[in-house]
Amino acid sequence: MRADQAADPVRLTHLQRLEAESIHILREVVAEAEKPVMLYSIGKDSACMLHLARKAFYPAIPPFPLLHVDTTWKFQAMYEMRERMVQESGMQLIVYYNPEAKARNINPFEHGSALHTDLWKTEGLKQALDQYGFDAAFGGARRDEEKSRAKERVFSFRFANHRWDPKRQRPELWNLYNARKAKGENIRVFPLSNWTELDVWQYIQLEDIPIVPLYFSAPRPTVVRDGLILMVDDARFPLRPGERPELRSIRFRTLGCYPLTGAVESTASTLPEIIQEMLLTTTSERQGRAIDHDQAASMEKKKQEGYF
Amino acid sequence: MDGPREYSYRADELISRDIEAYLARHRHKSLLRFITCGSVDDGKSTLIGRLLYDSRMIFEDQLAELAADSRRVGTQGQNIDFALVVDGLAAEREQGITIDVAYRFFATDKRKFIVADTPGHEQYTRNMVTGASTADLAVILTDARKGVLTQTRRHSYLAHLIGIRNLVLAVNKMDLIGYDPAKYEAIVADYRRFAESIGVQAFTPIPISGFLGDNITTRSTNMPWYTGPVLMEHLENVDVDVTAAQGRPFRLPVQWVNRPNLDFRGFSGLIAAGTLRQGDAVRVLPSGKTTRVTRIVTLGADLQQAVAGQSVTLCFADEVDCSRGDVIARADEPPQVADQFEATLVWMADEPLLPGRAYWLKLATQTVSATIQIPKYQVNVNTLEHLAAKTLELNAIGVCNLSTDRPLIFEPYEENPALGGFILIDKLSNATVAAGMLHFALRRSQNVHWQALDISRGKHADMKNQRPAVLWFTGLSGAGKSTIANLVEKKLVRMNRHTFLLDGDNVRHGLNKDLGFTDADRVENIRRVGEVAKLMTDAGLIVITAFISPFRAERKMVREMMAAGEFFEIHIDTPLADAEARDVKGLYKKARSGQLKNFTGIDSPYEPPENPEIRIDTTHMSPEEAADLIVEKLVP
Repeated sequence: MRADQAADPVRLTHLQRLEAESIHILREVVAEAEKPVMLYSIGKDSACMLHLARKAFYPAIPPFPLLHVDTTWKFQAMYEMRERMVQESGMQLIVYYNPEAKARNINPFEHGSALHTDLWKTEGLKQALDQYGFDAAFGGARRDEEKSRAKERVFSFRFANHRWDPKRQRPELWNLYNARKAKGENIRVFPLSNWTELDVWQYIQLEDIPIVPLYFSAPRPTVVRDGLILMVDDARFPLRPGERPELRSIRFRTLGCYPLTGAVESTASTLPEIIQEMLLTTTSERQGRAIDHDQAASMEKKKQEGYF
Repeated sequence: MDGPREYSYRADELISRDIEAYLARHRHKSLLRFITCGSVDDGKSTLIGRLLYDSRMIFEDQLAELAADSRRVGTQGQNIDFALVVDGLAAEREQGITIDVAYRFFATDKRKFIVADTPGHEQYTRNMVTGASTADLAVILTDARKGVLTQTRRHSYLAHLIGIRNLVLAVNKMDLIGYDPAKYEAIVADYRRFAESIGVQAFTPIPISGFLGDNITTRSTNMPWYTGPVLMEHLENVDVDVTAAQGRPFRLPVQWVNRPNLDFRGFSGLIAAGTLRQGDAVRVLPSGKTTRVTRIVTLGADLQQAVAGQSVTLCFADEVDCSRGDVIARADEPPQVADQFEATLVWMADEPLLPGRAYWLKLATQTVSATIQIPKYQVNVNTLEHLAAKTLELNAIGVCNLSTDRPLIFEPYEENPALGGFILIDKLSNATVAAGMLHFALRRSQNVHWQALDISRGKHADMKNQRPAVLWFTGLSGAGKSTIANLVEKKLVRMNRHTFLLDGDNVRHGLNKDLGFTDADRVENIRRVGEVAKLMTDAGLIVITAFISPFRAERKMVREMMAAGEFFEIHIDTPLADAEARDVKGLYKKARSGQLKNFTGIDSPYEPPENPEIRIDTTHMSPEEAADLIVEKLVP
C-alpha cells in the first residue's frame, strides 16, 4: 500500500476550498474566452481577486490586462495603490475615462451621485469593453453583498448592448461553466461569488495581501454632510459656507469616489481590529456608499443597464 | 407559546474579548454545501431564516426591517417571520424575474455553510438538480402533520439521482403535532421504506420546529425522547465526500497549459480525485504516455503533496504532449476512454431534445460533439415509473444512449462525478440545455473498430478523375430544388463526372420510410442522408441532395461530417408566396386547410442559411441559368 493511501485524509479549510474554486473559474475563462480582462476597482475585493489571479497563473503573469474604469474622483491613496499593484503584478493596466463625462466635467458635487455613477462608471464600462473588444470581464462581486445578488450566476451573460436578460441566464451545474457565446455578446464573471465579507478579510490576513491604507483608521480631514462623514481628499472638495475640515479618527469600510463614500469613526488600525469591528457591527455592510441610498434597491435596475 | 420574543443581533463574546483567538479558530473551518428541499408550506424558508439568525447572519437593520415586515405581511402574529428573510426576492418575482437557485451563506465556529435554496414549483426539477449538483448534503423537509408526500419522494429521488449521499429527513412543525414521538416514528418508518426502494442506504431523521427553534441549534426540551443530533450539530459534524475523494485514484483534468517562457511548462487544473505526491508516476490520457511529476507548483512554494479539491500546476520529468481536455491520472489505474455511453439526462431548456441532433457536450475540461438517441425511457419523478418517450421536454428526466465524435476520458458518475457529470449545449443558441450523468460505456464502442481499408478514398476519387463533393440543396417545398438538381446532374454527367442524386421524396420511400415529419424525425432524416452522402463521397462521387432540410443545426452537422471544402450548401431562395402560388404537388393547399401537419413554411419553421456557398434567387433566374451557375462554381 502506498504511503498516501494509509495517511489520514487532508482536511481542506473553507478558505482553501474557496481559493481552489476561484482559481478554477479564472482558468476556465482564460482557456475559453478570446479576450478576457479583469475589472480592477482597487478595493479589498479587487485586491483579493487580483491575488487569486496571480496564484492561478503563477509563474506566468496573469494573461489578461487590468481595467480601471476611472471617474477621476477616487481617493489619492487608491491611485497610489493602483500604481503599486501594477508594478508588483507586472500586468498591463488600462485606465478608461468616459470622454463624454470628461468633456462635461461630470462630478458628484454638481451632478449628483446617480448621473455621476451612470456616466463615468456604467457608460464608461460599456464603452471600454466595446472599444477594446473584451468578451469576458472578471468582477469582484459577491453573492452575500446584497439580497438580489444571492441568485447571480458565476458566469453572467450580457447580450447585445450589454443587456442582462434574466430569462436567458444559464443553469450552472457542478463546476461546469458554459462560456460559449455569439459575436457581440460578453460575459461578466464573478470568481468571488461564494465568498463572504469575513472570508475576504480572513484571506487578506492569511495571504498578507496589500490593501489601501484607508481601510485602517487614522486622523483624516473630514466634514459631515447629510449624515455622512466625508473625507476632504483634495482641493476640488467645495466647502459650503461655514464648513471647515476637521480631523477625525476615521476609516472606510468600502471604497469608491471620495465625495460619495462615507467614513466611520473608528480606532481600528490593524487587520484583526478591522475584522473585530466588522463582526461587532450590528448593521449590514454597504451603508457607507451613497449610491445605495440614492436609489434604494436599485441594483437590479443598474445590472439591467450594464453596471456590475 | 411564549408571546412575542425579542430578537437582536448578538455577536460571539470571543470577538470582543480576544479577536486573535477568534480568528485562529475560524481559520480552520471546513466547508459544507447543502440544499434544502421542500415547499414554503413545509417551513423551508422559516428554517433557513432561523439558521441565518442563529448563526448571527441577520443584522440589526435587517432585524428592524424584518420586524416591521412581519407585522405588516407576516403570518406569525407578533413574532418575527423568518421566512421573510429568504423570501426577500418576492418583489423580483412580481417583476417577472425568474428565481431559480439562490445561494445563502452562514458560518459557525466549525464550518462555513453554503445553502442552495430553490424556490418555485414550476421549474422545480431543473432548479433542484442545479442546486444539488454542488451540494454535499440535502435536507428534505416534511410537515409533521402531513408525513411523506409525493414531493418528499420527488425531492429524495432527485437528491439521490445527483449522488448526494448525506440525506437529512427534517420532520418539521413538531409543535403542531404536540411533539408526539409515535407520529414521528411512523413518518420515519414510512420514509425508510421509500428510501430503501430507491437505493438510499442511510439517512438521518431529525424532529424539529423551525418556527420555534426546536432541535435547530439547541436541544429541544419538548422532545426529551429524541437522542440524536440536533440539526446544526449534524451539519457541523457530518463527514463530507470531499475527503472520501482523496482515497480514489488520482485524476486531474487539464484546464490550461502554463508556458510563460521556454524554461517552464506546467499543466494547471483542479484535482478531481486522489492524492498526488511529488515524484509520482502519472499517465496522460488520451495519449497514454507516462511520466513523473517533478513539481507541484503554487505561488510561494512548491507542494510535496496535493489532494482532491485543490487547484494546482504540475511539471513533468519528460516532454509529454498534454493540453486542455487531457486527463493526468495515476499511471497504473487510468480512467476509461470511450465514445458511446448510456446516460441519464435532465432536460433544462424550453426547446425539447432532438434525438440525432448534434450538441456540444462538456465534461470536465473536454468539449466534444455528441448526438443523443431516442430515450430508452423517461422517469415520472412523482411515481418513479418508467414511461416510453420520443424526446425529453423541460424538466424531464430520461435515460438515453449517446455517442460522441471523439473519445471521452470518463468515469461512471457514481464513482466520480467530476469525470461523469456533463452538460449539453445547443450549438446555435449556446444555451445549456441539459445536465447528464454517464453510467457506463456501451460495449460496442470498445469492440467496433474502424476497418482499415486498403483502397483509400483518395484512390477512389483518383480513379474517377474528380474531387468528391456534396451539393446540398435546401429551400422551401416547391422552390425548385429537384428541378435544378436534376439539371445540374445532367450537365455534370455530360462532363464525364460521376454523380448521384439523393432526392427527398425517393429516400423517404425506402431508407427513411419509418420517419414522419415531426422535428425529431426531420433531424433523423437528415442525419441518415448525411451519412449516406458521406459514404458516397468516400467512394469518390459527387453527391447531389435535394431536401427541404429546414434546420441550420442539421445542415451544420452534415457540413461537419464532410471533408473540408467538399460541402456546398446551395440555397434555392424562393419567397413563400411564390412557392405557395406554384404549389406543384398541392401540398400547401393541404397544409393551409390543416390536412397536413408540420409543413415547412406554414406551421413548421424554415431557417434560411446564413452563409451558403451558393444562393439562387429564383425570382431573378431560370432553372437553366441556376444550373449553369452551380456547375461553373463547382468545375471552374
